[in-house]
Amino acid sequence: MTLTMRNTLLVAFVAMLYILEGSTTFWIFSGSWDSALKMVCFALIGAIMSLGVNLQWGFAGLFNIGIMGFVALGGLATVLVSMPTTPGAWSEGGWQILISLILGAVTIVGAIFTYRWLPKGRMRNVLMVVLLILGFMAFRAVFDGGVAGVEAINPAATGYLGGLNWGGVNYKDLGWLTVVAWPVGGLLAAGAAWVIGKTALGLRSDYLAIATLGIAEIIIAVMKNEDWLGRGVKNVVGLPRPVPYEADLQVDPSFIERAASLGLDPVTVSTLYTKVGYVVLFTIVLLILLWLAERALKSPWGRMMRAIRDNEVAAEAMGKNVTARHLQIFILGSAICGIAGAMMTTLDGQLTPGTYQPLRFTFLIWVMVEPLGHWIAEITTSGLSPDNWFRISMQDAAAHFRLFTMGLVLLIVLRFSPRGLMPER
Amino acid sequence: MDFINAFVALANYVIVPGLAYGAQLALGALGVTLIYGILRFSNFAHGDTMAFGTAMTILITNGLLALGITFGPLPTALLALPFAIMLTCVLVLVTDRVVYRFYREQKAAPVILVIVSMGVMFIMNGIVRFIIGVRDINFADGERFIMSVKTFKEMTGLEEGLAIKTTQGITVVVAMIAVALLFWFLNKTRTGKSMRAFSDNEDLALLSGINPEKVVMVTWMIVAALATTAGVLYGLDKSFKAFTYFQLLLPIFASAVVGGLGNPLGAIGGGFVIAFSEVTITYAFKKVIGYMAPNGWEPDSLVQLLSTDYKFAVSFVILIIVLLFKPTGLFKGQSV
Repeated sequence: MTLTMRNTLLVAFVAMLYILEGSTTFWIFSGSWDSALKMVCFALIGAIMSLGVNLQWGFAGLFNIGIMGFVALGGLATVLVSMPTTPGAWSEGGWQILISLILGAVTIVGAIFTYRWLPKGRMRNVLMVVLLILGFMAFRAVFDGGVAGVEAINPAATGYLGGLNWGGVNYKDLGWLTVVAWPVGGLLAAGAAWVIGKTALGLRSDYLAIATLGIAEIIIAVMKNEDWLGRGVKNVVGLPRPVPYEADLQVDPSFIERAASLGLDPVTVSTLYTKVGYVVLFTIVLLILLWLAERALKSPWGRMMRAIRDNEVAAEAMGKNVTARHLQIFILGSAICGIAGAMMTTLDGQLTPGTYQPLRFTFLIWVMVEPLGHWIAEITTSGLSPDNWFRISMQDAAAHFRLFTMGLVLLIVLRFSPRGLMPER
Repeated sequence: MDFINAFVALANYVIVPGLAYGAQLALGALGVTLIYGILRFSNFAHGDTMAFGTAMTILITNGLLALGITFGPLPTALLALPFAIMLTCVLVLVTDRVVYRFYREQKAAPVILVIVSMGVMFIMNGIVRFIIGVRDINFADGERFIMSVKTFKEMTGLEEGLAIKTTQGITVVVAMIAVALLFWFLNKTRTGKSMRAFSDNEDLALLSGINPEKVVMVTWMIVAALATTAGVLYGLDKSFKAFTYFQLLLPIFASAVVGGLGNPLGAIGGGFVIAFSEVTITYAFKKVIGYMAPNGWEPDSLVQLLSTDYKFAVSFVILIIVLLFKPTGLFKGQSV
């Protein structure tokens, strides 16, 4: 079997699964086009994420397992751009928080320069530690007051700074702002990746893996606990959407008329209409990114990157700055993950940092078994469930089976097809 | 100024819990470090090996309790521990035979082994959840306190109380016994010496006729014992929950790396460094400073450097700082 044929068959097989999910209730399939389209949406986001991951792992050999951190930052960007500004939050303490953050940044930069410029010795260490402690105390002194001010504003509904949406009460009319948030999410993730890359990229293999995992945990911890920023575990719900709301469509006379002329139920059509809207938007983003990636690969820059991947030592001897290129790739890959994260939060319509789990998530993307895993878990449980009672009691077990399946697929792919399901030519 | 009360408050909230937590982390980190030294990869499945061992202990404990067997004032789980260790041994040896051996023979890159161990981690995680569920399980029985706050106050007449839980005492004692056994084994026995030789220089060890499969097998058995003990001690001290053990992997890695991967002494040191920094940075020092400062100078705020939610973040910040300034760890481990 040639490679092209194998790839085509694989794609056809997966496409068939989606079509079956939509059209039949046979065996594991739900027979709902809504659920099939939702899976397509997730698959598109997953495809974008795996593009980013592939850039880092496959292209530069940077084993980053902290993808979740960048995805979370992308989600945060959606909130920061598309949610309405909380009235009074900036005057109550927003500026104070901003000033304290600048103070903190100045302290860290100061400490770095003390370390770099002063001669080695006890003097330098003491000075650095004193600077850090004083800076931290000043930061906390300003920061705490601001946070208390912001979080006191109607804590049950807001209690955070809010975003840049100027629509006020009618903020949902400005749904296109969420699309603006996608590249912003990319930028935010890129900025974080620059800081992280500067510090951690010197480490290789195992250590880099552990360090990136740790950084992702830190990012998630910050998002869970800093309520002034994104409401923490209280979640931000009701984000605006770039596509129309089903409820609006269902009362729109022209929409009902068109649905009726096609002989379809307006309720079903409206849900499908919004889902198709997402699919189209996500496909556009994916195509743009793919086109850019293709262009980059074929350019002299791409040739240099491949040369570095094939033989780092030789590339370095040819005068290529390997570390700088790795940093570049790290930032680009993370930015793509940030974009995907912003898109995911848009699709969910809410930001829930409590559900972000770095390790598990990275591998969902990597093995890309999310849609497959859904069915495999269904197979295992439905195979075990002769009657309804047992099925209900097995619902709980399904989640565990899912973890189990994910590990198993990972191991089997690694063992028997170590270059992935669609190997590079 | 009241130094004695300040010290007792500090001991009660920082030193005693820190010691117990440090001992648990040290045992966990020893397992990670041994795998790294002998098999040369970071084992991400370690947290879930601990969870599996603890789950087995809980099941056996329940069985013993049903038979009416208890361990007097000590937790019954200690009686169940040896049997659970045996079961965990079987699990890791089967895993090694089915999964890891293939890559060892291929001489695969460490990164591949790390990914493989993550696959194993997911599978074990699924198994544990399937066997025992995701609930919080408290399986400590017997006497609750070696010394309760009340008895301490009566004994000393101080204002501050000091409580030492039985589980904290047991943790420290069992950890000391386990570490002593491990070091005796590594330094005095023939197999232990061959393990160290294998860790230092694989080729030379092979040349001198050391059987690598035997070394690997013994390593896995020791790791299973250490992981189960660490897991049971942690579960006795706090409680057992599959997800917590999965998360425990992070501070354990931090301990092993901070101490220097591959160095057993470093793992112990690293465990205590991480434990004490987590506890001190997230402890509110208001009370201690209140006792130390002259009258009327008591601080209004909690004097807490970071909120307790940042516990894991603290261990990672330390990890990253150590990696940046001393990449082989505080106690000179192997570099990658």
